[in-house]
Amino acid sequence: MRRVAVTGLGVVSAVGIGAPEFWTRIVAGTSGVGPITHFDTTGFQSQIAAEVHGFNAAEHFGEVEREMLDRFAQFAIVAADEAWAQSGLEVDDELRDRAGVAISSAMGGAMTQDSRYKRMYKDGGTRPHPFSIPRIMNNAAVAHVSMRRGLRGPAISIATACAAGAHAIGEAAEMIRAGRVDVMLAGGADAPIAPGVVRCWEAMRVLAPAPKDNPSAACRPFSRNRLGMVLGEGAAVVVLEEWEHAKERGAAILAELAGYGATADADHITQPGIDAPARAIATALAQGCLTPADIDYVNAHGTATRLNDATETAVIKKALGEHAKSTVVSSTKALHGHAMGASAALEFIATVFALREGVVPPTMHYTEPDPDCDLDYAPNEARRRPLRAAISNSFAFGGLNAVLALRKA
Amino acid sequence: MSDDTTSNASPHHQAPANLADEVIKVIARKKKLDPATVTTESTFEQLGVDSLDAADLLFTFEDTFGIVVPDDVAMSMKTVGQVVAALQKLLEEHGKVPASSDAGAKA
Repeated sequence: MRRVAVTGLGVVSAVGIGAPEFWTRIVAGTSGVGPITHFDTTGFQSQIAAEVHGFNAAEHFGEVEREMLDRFAQFAIVAADEAWAQSGLEVDDELRDRAGVAISSAMGGAMTQDSRYKRMYKDGGTRPHPFSIPRIMNNAAVAHVSMRRGLRGPAISIATACAAGAHAIGEAAEMIRAGRVDVMLAGGADAPIAPGVVRCWEAMRVLAPAPKDNPSAACRPFSRNRLGMVLGEGAAVVVLEEWEHAKERGAAILAELAGYGATADADHITQPGIDAPARAIATALAQGCLTPADIDYVNAHGTATRLNDATETAVIKKALGEHAKSTVVSSTKALHGHAMGASAALEFIATVFALREGVVPPTMHYTEPDPDCDLDYAPNEARRRPLRAAISNSFAFGGLNAVLALRKA
Repeated sequence: MSDDTTSNASPHHQAPANLADEVIKVIARKKKLDPATVTTESTFEQLGVDSLDAADLLFTFEDTFGIVVPDDVAMSMKTVGQVVAALQKLLEEHGKVPASSDAGAKA
């Protein structure tokens, strides 16, 4: 049985750029949520988001490159560069065809699409720039990363919305296990904070309004006074590597991706179920030869919507049984927001750090216990605790569930 | 967005004094070439201008001058000189320049 090692991490997020900075701020409970600056929000009900600040595209890309790259692809490339550099891998003739890329996106080049459509529908233009399609397409990120690294193995982008990053990482691991590749860059990227996208989310009535006293504390997962979800943006990419391949070259193994479970509710387009997500957890544990009692930490999907929080609590109870009461659950979305296709990958990276350092990241902005959410959510303070194994949950609209199980390396 | 360099916000709809120099300048910038090495005789092949680059190049001038280069004209272009000639003809048809011989006379 081929095992999967994690040997590189890369992050562009609202709480920090670079994986170490991301983790430091997650542990400190620093929120990346604030007023939207990407466009004028006058008249919008929802005027906050977890935007990436301090990302200067010109530092990473020349003018000609920027013409071809939407913000989401820029994020993905920068995150992939960081992960690749950490892995210490070098592309040679042998690795070139044995390495691939799986980077998902829920909305692709949403900002480009929004601005191009505005140009036509509002400004009366006719011909959008010819790079519009290559910028907007969801596979732009994975394509540019494969080109930049010269990796010629499988290159895929999986369109499973809020779970897309987890499906990318999980399916990439399956390719390694199956012997098709030895190395995969995997993760997710999204930059959806555009007027049209925010309006469409507003219409679903699931976005948190900004609390007057503290807009940065709008996302309150598992707290009874939850307000809803907060949109975010960013990218997270990891290097997955066949275990012996990593060992032989003396790479630092950051964690083992022990198991992956993917299931579908086959029921409702937005309402989450309980059985199928619980089965995804069970599948991930079984593949990793883990039992519920081994799971010391659950990184929750934790969107801070009424439906998610109570349902996910029930899912964890169903999957882990009695042990659900003794494990610790937390949602880092309170800080990095719901970065769509990037979310699961950001959370996977938080889970890798948690295992390595024996620190449970906090569920921030938790102020009111909810009788429907009665597990230990590590409220408001990171907690030092030896962690042997953990799972990261991701549940997308359409009932598309993905769970990644990790073991401390 | 500040990093969206492909949206030209305010077209000036006016032909430059020397169209050939302008075309060469834009090609050189987009392909990272020394403008001195680009002439109207240069072919797309020599410059490494592929079909997507050509679409990008034409868009730049369509957007700036408020003209439309028909697809069949665009498809037939193989040299810098052909781009300049086609743009010149379209600009004249649209009355954006007096006549090619007078171009720049008022500058």
